[in-house]
Amino acid sequence: MQATPANAAGLRVDEKLERMKLFGLSSPALLLVLIILVIPVGWLFFVSFLGGDGQFSLENYQRMVARKSYMRIFRTTFEVSVITTGLCILIGYPLAYFLSQVPPRIANLCMITVLLPFWTSLLVRTYAWLVLLQKQGLINDWAIGLGLWDEPIKMVHNMTGTLIGMVHIMLPFLILPVYGSMKAIDRDYVKAAANLGASPRRAFWDVFFPLTMPGLFAGTLMVFILCLGFFVTPAVLGGGKVIMVSMKIVSNIELFVSWGAASALGVVLLGLTFAILWVASRFLKLDQIAGGGH
Amino acid sequence: MRSHDSDALPISIRGVTKTYGAVHALDDVSLEVRSGEFITLLGPSGSGKTTLLMVIAGFTRPDCGSLKFGEREVIRMPPHLRDLGMTFQSYALFPHMTVAGNVAYPLKLRKLPKDKIAERVEKALETVQLGGYGDRSITQLSGGQKQRVALARSIVFEPRILLMDEPLSALDKKLRDQMQIELRHLHEKLGMTTVYVTHDQREALTMSDRIAVVNKGRIMQLATPRELYERPANRFVADFIGDSTFLPVKRSGHLIEYRGVPLKFVDAPPETETLNLMVRPERIVLSPDGPREGANNFTATAVEVVYQGDSYLLHARLDDGTLIALRGGVRGASLSALPNVGDTVTLTLAPEDTVLIDGSEG
Repeated sequence: MQATPANAAGLRVDEKLERMKLFGLSSPALLLVLIILVIPVGWLFFVSFLGGDGQFSLENYQRMVARKSYMRIFRTTFEVSVITTGLCILIGYPLAYFLSQVPPRIANLCMITVLLPFWTSLLVRTYAWLVLLQKQGLINDWAIGLGLWDEPIKMVHNMTGTLIGMVHIMLPFLILPVYGSMKAIDRDYVKAAANLGASPRRAFWDVFFPLTMPGLFAGTLMVFILCLGFFVTPAVLGGGKVIMVSMKIVSNIELFVSWGAASALGVVLLGLTFAILWVASRFLKLDQIAGGGH
Repeated sequence: MRSHDSDALPISIRGVTKTYGAVHALDDVSLEVRSGEFITLLGPSGSGKTTLLMVIAGFTRPDCGSLKFGEREVIRMPPHLRDLGMTFQSYALFPHMTVAGNVAYPLKLRKLPKDKIAERVEKALETVQLGGYGDRSITQLSGGQKQRVALARSIVFEPRILLMDEPLSALDKKLRDQMQIELRHLHEKLGMTTVYVTHDQREALTMSDRIAVVNKGRIMQLATPRELYERPANRFVADFIGDSTFLPVKRSGHLIEYRGVPLKFVDAPPETETLNLMVRPERIVLSPDGPREGANNFTATAVEVVYQGDSYLLHARLDDGTLIALRGGVRGASLSALPNVGDTVTLTLAPEDTVLIDGSEG
């Protein structure tokens, strides 16, 4: 069976045409990414290296290292992100587990309640928490009415309020991938573990939990990275006491009209995010190798 | 393989019922499995055979009934304390562990020392002909190898009872045939009481000491493969095991008649309301020389002749319109003597092969 040369050439052309068509179809999207992502980020990068006099300078970065306030802002940003992510895992993982175990009808209903806030405006949700948590808010009023505590508790315009709001907003980002990985686990695995002599607790930790790791990892990473750049919720619920990098960027532009300083902060945040992603991807690969060849 | 005590455990199931809404998945099922016996639960999908296995394993809680392993009542015991081996239809091998990790898992749970675990794992893998495969990842294995690993994992802790849920259904035919023989040999070697679930009648006939045919949550018949095939208890069993044609027959005094002609038979027919004559394609023969003395003869018209390599299949229509199948050998001259479509043929059934069964569906 040998194709004639003429035929082979024709087939090669077809192959090439097919590839070009595919490229043609995706080119609008590629162009869009180039215009709205690559060019502005490149410009941001460029501006961050311009001093007050418009010449090349590292002063924007030097300021970040020199001033204690900047370090504090980065520390706050990480603190808020780590605690929010941690709380999301603590609340989201059991909830996802529950959803994955109940009959589909109930699971779907619960899923809607998880996703409903996801579809409403971020601002609306944030201000709703303000209404609930403030001194004369619903929660304080009710708690005092019921005699749970006597004085209104300060739950907003501080770290507590910020965390409550952030956790609420981030939760779906953790639950969805974790739920996905849990649903993909064959129930026979847990049954097999039980059959081999594992108590429900052992079966969970030895078999179920390791198999949800990819989903948990993806969710954790997503929540953490979204937290790093979050603005609205800490700005509204933090009451100026929780200053994150994003807020400093805004004040640099709005108050000081210092595009250079703002850009430098943006670049550092972007760099940190990439660094975390890189470490995470290394970790993920290592995990796969350990899972496969251990 | 077993060092401390070599006795397998009998299983005693009494009056087990399980309903899902209005559906009886299991309807007052009782079954005694002798120690060391290889018993197969055979039935169509949805018959309740898997439910029964899951009750034995402890994954399905029945509404009522008793389950004993030996003398011990275990119906309320959680699955992880039942200490029985089981292979799943999906194999259920843990994908995040290696082959050795999977096989070692039940031993780790039993807190055996490390060197002992390694030794037993290797031995179990050798038993299933996978020696040296310990470091492989589960995803690297073929279906047949996965099946063997699942088997090794279920026998490595030397359970006295082994449950198997359609273990060979995902394998191709050749491998399945080979594994059937291997499983049978393994059972002879290890001697554990085995409950095997399948919907494949040939598999059941090949492997089992006894077969329980399950339908609609009830056991229709519990018998040896040979009894089951040759003396099915009712029409459902006869239909499910092997191919057959059923002819309605009538009781007339102490005679049994088919269309007014008394039948010659050896075994006494069951005392049931309706009676059927069960005709297996390989038991009825073509009689080129016309009706034969001392046998039951049927006149029919050849409808279709199918050559199948190792045999031929003849479909013929009886006078009353019933289509009857006949399987014949292809040795020697019989091939050229095959009837043509439309020929009138005489089919003969010897009295020993004339089996009268309960005509109900059970």
